[in-house]
Amino acid sequence: MTDLLELTALELGAAIKRGEITPTQAAEAALEQMEETKKDNAFVCITAELALDRAKTVEAALARGETRAPLAGVPMGWKDNICTSGIPTTCASKILTGFAPPYDATVVERLERAGAVALGKLNMDEFAMGSTTETSYYGPARNPWNPDHVPGGSSGGGAAAVAARSCWYAIGSDTGGSIRQPAAYCGITGVKPTYGTVSRYGLIAYASSLDQMGPLARSAADCAAVLDQIMGKDPRDGTSLDVEAGELLGGLSGDVRGMKLGIPAGCFGEGLESEVGKAVLAAADVLRSRGAELVELEFPMMDYVVPTYYIIAAAEASSNLSRYDGVKYGWRAEQYETLTDLYQKTRTEGFGMEVKRRILLGSFALSAGYYDAYYKKALQVKGLIRQAFDTAFQACDLMLTPVAPTTAPKLGESLSDPLKMYLSDIYTVPVNLAGLPGLSMPCGFDRAGLPIGAQLIGPALGEGRMLNAAHAFQLETDYHTMCPAQRGGRAK
Amino acid sequence: MTITAELVDYISTLSRLKLPQEEKEAMTVQLERMIDYVDTLSQLDTSGIEPMSHVLPLENVLREDTVQPSFPRSDLLKNAPVPDGEAFLVPKTVE
Repeated sequence: MTDLLELTALELGAAIKRGEITPTQAAEAALEQMEETKKDNAFVCITAELALDRAKTVEAALARGETRAPLAGVPMGWKDNICTSGIPTTCASKILTGFAPPYDATVVERLERAGAVALGKLNMDEFAMGSTTETSYYGPARNPWNPDHVPGGSSGGGAAAVAARSCWYAIGSDTGGSIRQPAAYCGITGVKPTYGTVSRYGLIAYASSLDQMGPLARSAADCAAVLDQIMGKDPRDGTSLDVEAGELLGGLSGDVRGMKLGIPAGCFGEGLESEVGKAVLAAADVLRSRGAELVELEFPMMDYVVPTYYIIAAAEASSNLSRYDGVKYGWRAEQYETLTDLYQKTRTEGFGMEVKRRILLGSFALSAGYYDAYYKKALQVKGLIRQAFDTAFQACDLMLTPVAPTTAPKLGESLSDPLKMYLSDIYTVPVNLAGLPGLSMPCGFDRAGLPIGAQLIGPALGEGRMLNAAHAFQLETDYHTMCPAQRGGRAK
Repeated sequence: MTITAELVDYISTLSRLKLPQEEKEAMTVQLERMIDYVDTLSQLDTSGIEPMSHVLPLENVLREDTVQPSFPRSDLLKNAPVPDGEAFLVPKTVE
C-alpha cells in the first residue's frame, strides 16, 4: 500500500487507466491513511461512503471509456469554503454550523466531470482568515513534518493532507497566500492562478477582488493537470476571463534556456531567516544550471504591501460577511429579543476573534471620515504595486522570492501577536493585489527538518511559464518527492 | 491615531457586533496597533493616482435574457435556522 500512496496524482491516474489500480483501491488506501494521520486534524468532514460510491461510478465510467481525464479516479479533498451540494460547508466557522449548500461550486462540477473522487472537506482558518489553521472552529490542524508546528494557513488542512499522503491533491483558496504559504510549510507544491482564470462561483467569499482557487499537490505537473480542468470561462462568475485552458500539462517541457528569472533584492533582506534565503537562492542556481538567466531587480513597494492588503481584504470581508445574520442559513443565537439583537448576538457568538478583528478593521476603513485616508488610499497604492510588477516584468520573465520569511512556526506562537502574523504574509500578498499567478515549490529543509518553499511569480496569465520553471526545478531536485516519514515526521 | 472605546462601539454597531467588555478592551488595543501600522501608507504620495478596483481590464458582462431555473424554495429553507415551510422566521419588526 505504501507504494500506492507514494505515487503522484498523475502516476496514480495513469496506473488507474492501465487497470493496475482501481479507484476503489485508491480511495480505500487514502481513507486508511486518513485514519493513520487523524491527529493532524486535516479534515473537518470525511465523506467515506460517498467517496467509495463515487470511486465505483468513476470505475464504471472508465470501463465504458467515458472518462479520459488524466486524474480520473484519483482521491482528493476540498477546502471547507468550497460549496459541495448536500455536504456540510462551514468555512470552519461556528456561524455556518449545519450549512449544506444546495449547489456545487464550478470547480467541483468541473473536477467531478473529470473523475475526481472527493474524500471530504479540509480544515482551514475560519473564513480563510489566518496564516496557521489555528483559528478553525474545529481546532487547529497540525504539520505532518512536526505536530508541534502549524501547517500554515489558511488552506492548512489541504496542505497537511497532501503532505501526509492522505490525499493526492486538494483544492484550496488563496486571498493573500493561503495556498502558497501552507504548501511551503508542508513541503508540497501549490498554485494561485491569475485572478479571473478559475471561476469563484461557489467559493464562499472572503475578499472577492483577491480570492482565487487553485491546487495543492505533490508536483508542478500534478498542479498543471488540475488547473487544466478547473481554469476557463464561467458565465456564473462576472470576473471570469475568457481564456484558453487545458494546455498546461502538455506544455511542460522543462526547458528554461534563455528564461530571465528576476531576483528582487528587497525580498532577501531584513526579516528573512537566513536558512530560508539560502535555500531559495540555491533554487535560482538550479534553474540557472538548466539555462535560465538570473536578473537582479528592484521591487520598491515591499514596505507597503502588507498594510495595503489588510485594508482591502478587511474592507471586503466586512462587506461579504454581513450576510451571516442567523436568518437564512447556519447558526442562530439561542436568546434574543429584537431583530437587531438577533443579528448582533448571532454574529458576536458565531464569529471567532480573528474574523471579528478583520470585520471591525474593514468597517473602520470604510466608515465616513476614514474612507479616503484608508480604503481609497489602499486602492491607490494597489495601483502603484501593480505598476511595480509591470516594471519588473519588463526586465524578467518570472520572479523568484521566498514564500514566507520563516519555516512553520510552533502552534500558539502566531495568534498571540496578530500584527506579527500579518507581516509574515509579505511575499505572498503583493501577488494577489496585482492579480498575478504565484507558485510555491519545496526547495529545502531547515535545521529542524521543516520544509522551505520558494515562490515563482509570473505576469498575468503566465501560468504556463511559471509551471514549466517549477517543473524544470523538480526534474533536477527531489524535495517535492520527500514525505514526512522519510525524515522522521509522523505520517507513515 | 488613538482608538477610543467610543470608536470601537461605533464600528461595532456598523458591523452588527456587540463585544463583551473583555473582548472590547483587547480589540481596542489591537485595532490601535493595526491602524498605526497601516498608517505606513500615509508616507506615500499618491496624489493624482487613480484608485484601482480591478487589476484586469473588465468589461460589462451581459448574458442573454433567458429564463433559468431557480433553486426550489424547500431546498433553500432546509438551511434556515428557523423556517416555517414558506419563509424565514425572525422576531417581529413592526408593531
